[in-house]
Amino acid sequence: MKVLMKGNEAVAEAAVRGGCRAFFGYPITPQNEIPEYLSRRLPEVGGCFIQAESEVSAINMVYGAAAAGARAMTSSSSPGISLKQEGISYICGAELPCVIVNMVRGGPGLGGIQPAQSDYFQTVKGGGHGDYHMLVYAPNTVQEAVNIMYDAFDKADAYRMPVMILGDGMIGQIMEAVELPPIKDPANFPKKDWATDGTGVGKDRRIVNSLYIEPDVLEEVNHRLFARYDELKKNETRYEEFMCDDAEIVLVAYGTVARIAKSAVSELRAKGIKAGLIRPITLYPFPSEAINAIAAKDCVKSFITTELSMGQMIEDVKLAVNGLKPVDFYGRTGGNVMTPEDLVNYVLNKEDK
Amino acid sequence: MAVVFEKTNMLTETPFHYCPGCTHGIAHRLVAECLQELGVEGNVIGIAPVGCAVFAYNYFNCDMQQAAHGRAPAVATGAKRTNPDKVVFAYQGDGDLASIGTAEIIHAAARGENITVIFINNAIYGMTGGQMAPTTLLGQKSTTSQAGRSVALNGNPIKVCEMLATLDGPSYIARCALSDTANVNKAKKAIKKAFENQIAGKGFAMVELLSSCPTNWGMTPTQAVDFVKEEMTKVFPLGVYKDIDKE
Ligand SMILES: Cc1ncc(C[n+]2csc(CCOP(=O)(O)OP(=O)(O)O)c2C)c(N)n1
Ligand code: SF4
Repeated sequence: MKVLMKGNEAVAEAAVRGGCRAFFGYPITPQNEIPEYLSRRLPEVGGCFIQAESEVSAINMVYGAAAAGARAMTSSSSPGISLKQEGISYICGAELPCVIVNMVRGGPGLGGIQPAQSDYFQTVKGGGHGDYHMLVYAPNTVQEAVNIMYDAFDKADAYRMPVMILGDGMIGQIMEAVELPPIKDPANFPKKDWATDGTGVGKDRRIVNSLYIEPDVLEEVNHRLFARYDELKKNETRYEEFMCDDAEIVLVAYGTVARIAKSAVSELRAKGIKAGLIRPITLYPFPSEAINAIAAKDCVKSFITTELSMGQMIEDVKLAVNGLKPVDFYGRTGGNVMTPEDLVNYVLNKEDK
Repeated sequence: MAVVFEKTNMLTETPFHYCPGCTHGIAHRLVAECLQELGVEGNVIGIAPVGCAVFAYNYFNCDMQQAAHGRAPAVATGAKRTNPDKVVFAYQGDGDLASIGTAEIIHAAARGENITVIFINNAIYGMTGGQMAPTTLLGQKSTTSQAGRSVALNGNPIKVCEMLATLDGPSYIARCALSDTANVNKAKKAIKKAFENQIAGKGFAMVELLSSCPTNWGMTPTQAVDFVKEEMTKVFPLGVYKDIDKE
């Protein structure tokens, strides 16, 4: 049965159904419905909710809870995510599973509260210090956000790393009909023999740590993390192709913008222009191979990356295309969102030239 | 032959890395003895700070988490809220707790978070080589206050017990000194009480331990403990600042 839900609340409910039993966060628009919802929902399932004193504290509470074996998460928006970067780096270094939701807003600084995609670099290239990555998803509908959130803890546990879900005010605030999956039984969750749940003594005691004073040991840790990222690339890369079979112009867009780009592709097709869309669903790992394969096709003339930023994902698109075809950019920022017509006109103008 | 002293089994066999005459080692032993005497072995999560005690995770014979600089009370909160039946303690230095981590300690205390905090006040940044701490005494020399701490430049030392005792959350706040046998024995009683309060569900408890850093103070071990007793206690008076059982 489908229910009509606001994106943020649907994500919160999907978190609970996916096993979340601890939430730590600090208020910030446009994600407030997530903590508000969970503050009343988590106690119903025996979970804990704390409004922390800051995002710094919130992510460190996640660290402590995740280290002790709980399925713990936090959510925030851009300025708050910046504050969480120290904790995210430690969580990656200590190989802890957790989920972080970022309902991105415009920046830099306090920026605005309208939709933006200007945290792409921060999310997929690091953000905090050190050599690390997270598994990063960019859903484009409330239903997709629900499905991704529902399985996010399973992925985090499987790879012992944070999963970040990147949305924006549009995904968070929009109301859509969603099918909510059934609540998962914690009895079926994987056992965490590494977790510091307090039962360890003597040779059975466990340490959650990201300090490695010996260079050789730290180097080994870095290699272990990157071997895991290779597994991610193999098993978790996700993307959607739309009308790419015979496309001459291929749009690349994720999240909110991908919906707009899809409409633009349909309008362009109606005008006789062979457009297509490739939509990365995981931003890390990035669907580089899929994009490269499309770039290698004879019919493809050029790519247009379109984002709510000054051009961030375009760097990964260019790396994937690897010079095979030109890659252009169309972006809006500041919380402004392009319409399908904006994209259609941009393509038509380019075709004229 | 009668056994007069035994190493507590709440410490591991790993030798401490602390400098000769450093009282971090005494603090570790007191915490471990209290945990053993309270019979909570196999039910403890410890949080190590950033500072000289970062390797505390190698010494306490229990599950240990290493926290980012100043964040131990937040990390402890996450561990305790998801494992309320476990004894959770954070061990922090003065740079960790009273400078970079002031928000975390104040709010953990204000929430009455049911954890135990051991606060090592040695009036200096030990690990990074003797820089000024929020608790450095006026006139005390450090590598970043080489002419001695001045009010005009650096402000006054922060008195954590006094500050936290103004909050309604804490159940027990005490300051002791690791300066001599009598004071060490008092410190042990206070630490025990801080853990007992947690086990009884009474809420946040913190024991501040005035502690020595002979290495960065440029003193011998005996000069250092004398400095704790004679100088530090003037600025940081010993005593119980909050005890809900006595209110
Ligand atoms: C974010 C961050 N800033 C600075 C440091 C460097 N640092 C390591 S220990 C320390 C001070 C520790 O002093 P204190 O908490 O008083 O503990 P002590 O070493 O004296 O026991 C600092 C500043 C760090 N590790 N992380
Ligand atoms: S530097 Fe100071 S605080 Fe650190 S171990 Fe040595 S004496 Fe102790």
